[in-house]
Amino acid sequence: MIKLSTERDLRLDLFRGIALWLIFLDHIPSNAVSWITIRNYGFSDATEIFVFISGYTAAFVYGRAMQQHGFIVASARVLKRAWQIYVAHVFLFAIYLAEIAYVAHSFDNPLYTEEMGVLDFLKNPEITIFQALILKFKPVNMDVLPLYIVLLLWFPPMLWLLLRTPSLALATSALFYALTWWFDWSIPAYPNGDWVFNPFAWQLMFVFGAWCALGGAQRLARWLTSPVIFGLAVAYVLFAFGIAMTWYFPRLGVFVPKLISDAIYPIDKPNLDVLRIVHFLSLAVITVWFVPRDWRGLKSPLSWPAIVCGQHSLETFCLGVFLAFAAHFLFTEISNSLLVQVIGSLAGIAIMVAAAVMISWYRRVERQGPGPQPPATKPGYAGGDA
Amino acid sequence: MMGRVLVSLVLLLLAGPAWAEHPAECRVAEQLIERDFALPHVIRAIAAKQLDILVVGAGSSLLPGANGAKDAYPARLQFALAEKLPGVTVKVTTDVLARRTASEMVKSLTPALASAKPALMVWQTGTVDAMRSVDTDQFRAALEHGIGIARSEGADVVLINAQYSPRTESMIALGTYAENMRWVALQQEVPLFDRFSIMKLWGDLGTFDLYSATKKLDMAERVHDCLGRLLADLVVESAKPDEPHAESGR
Repeated sequence: MIKLSTERDLRLDLFRGIALWLIFLDHIPSNAVSWITIRNYGFSDATEIFVFISGYTAAFVYGRAMQQHGFIVASARVLKRAWQIYVAHVFLFAIYLAEIAYVAHSFDNPLYTEEMGVLDFLKNPEITIFQALILKFKPVNMDVLPLYIVLLLWFPPMLWLLLRTPSLALATSALFYALTWWFDWSIPAYPNGDWVFNPFAWQLMFVFGAWCALGGAQRLARWLTSPVIFGLAVAYVLFAFGIAMTWYFPRLGVFVPKLISDAIYPIDKPNLDVLRIVHFLSLAVITVWFVPRDWRGLKSPLSWPAIVCGQHSLETFCLGVFLAFAAHFLFTEISNSLLVQVIGSLAGIAIMVAAAVMISWYRRVERQGPGPQPPATKPGYAGGDA
Repeated sequence: MMGRVLVSLVLLLLAGPAWAEHPAECRVAEQLIERDFALPHVIRAIAAKQLDILVVGAGSSLLPGANGAKDAYPARLQFALAEKLPGVTVKVTTDVLARRTASEMVKSLTPALASAKPALMVWQTGTVDAMRSVDTDQFRAALEHGIGIARSEGADVVLINAQYSPRTESMIALGTYAENMRWVALQQEVPLFDRFSIMKLWGDLGTFDLYSATKKLDMAERVHDCLGRLLADLVVESAKPDEPHAESGR
């Protein structure tokens, strides 16, 4: 049986909080501020960070529950979490419907006759809403929570295996990933195509995070401090940066040999392309190199807002999706000047931080108040959520 | 894309009066027109004084109304090219029908190319695929297939990506489709007319109010006129035989 460390790694909260901010910025359409997000400068984006850290914290929180209370109790908690996420997703869908119903009502520019066809599904709400409830119809940017739900549904048996033979669990996950690529497994979406994030592929990132939490990180430590690995990681990140620049300056494409461009494209986001995994790993190696576990900056007031957000990731994520809708609405109805975009982006992050602080405070008050105490393993203020 | 916008903003500040021939509103996006890849068939057609072009597209290549066909960008492209290439007979034919995905357009490609026999096929696509969330592998395969057909019929290809449509941005996930188009263009060495970035720049600079809920056609007509002119620039630019920095071999 794996022995779990009891101390939560604040770096995880910090980077999950930052990932949540980046996801928020990327979700606001035409947002000039999203230039700063990592997806513009390489292959992977904040989704990898979010899924990896979610796997890490899920293993940390539910692993302890499984060791102390057994498989059934821990699984029940995981499923309860999945249900909460489902409810949150449906709530966000309702807000989305309200936004686009408004747009459909008020917009009829002849330049965009074709684009307005996207609102046709409003003509058959009985089908659309049903398809949304069974997670087949997912509006733009609302794909992460359904992915998270499926990952959690799959997690109890995986966690059971991870706690006994972690390497076998990781190997199983990797095999599943490989089979998904080989056989093109996916989950169909409505009205066409497949899920934007294929859970059969993305589970690898989640399980890898869980594996790291359950002792894998220590086993990797020797590699993570190797200058050779660090050098390779830097080289790969620079390579990805160079390739990303050819997307913005096609002329630079002449410096990319045809052999390479044939090999790398398409970079398959739905199925978590290997190029993306390696890019994420390289970023992780570089990050761990510069930010050790006892890094002083983690205690700094500058890191604190991101850490608080990272500790309440579900609430912060949902709020971020909502705020991205709200920001788009603001740009559409009031102004889309650069100043408004910057103010809107900063205000959104400030609201996310304020909400996370309030949730922390509320949890603390609840715990001190009368009535039954929450179970000791329940993730609270100090530990945050899974 | 962002980088190109920035670069074009800087260039705009450096070079003011160099482009007098365009209506002022189009000018701002001229730096987004770059010669990425050459168009050998167009070069030969211009030399032979007869340039035939086929525009294949969906709803965003159309304008509604009685004058729609005359004011939409394919007709404006013919007008602008005729102006830029004196002595050359320019003829633009269209195979345009709303709500078609790339693979639906590929189906009618062979007969359309056979009857028009163009030196250049301008192919606008991507929007409907994004709206229907067509599998991106299928989308890419359709693009490659279409480019292959055009080449085997003796035509060069220019791709046009989706329009920038700020109001529907939170409803249509253009990103993945735009990326895949860019990758196919790079791999197949086909120029991409980056309509999305051009219109985004117009929107950002206030050249056109693309958020506008107007029901009138005047802005749409001016947008299409500008698109036709810039597209003509790209064609002429990519058909210059002896550019000092021509990227012939790679």
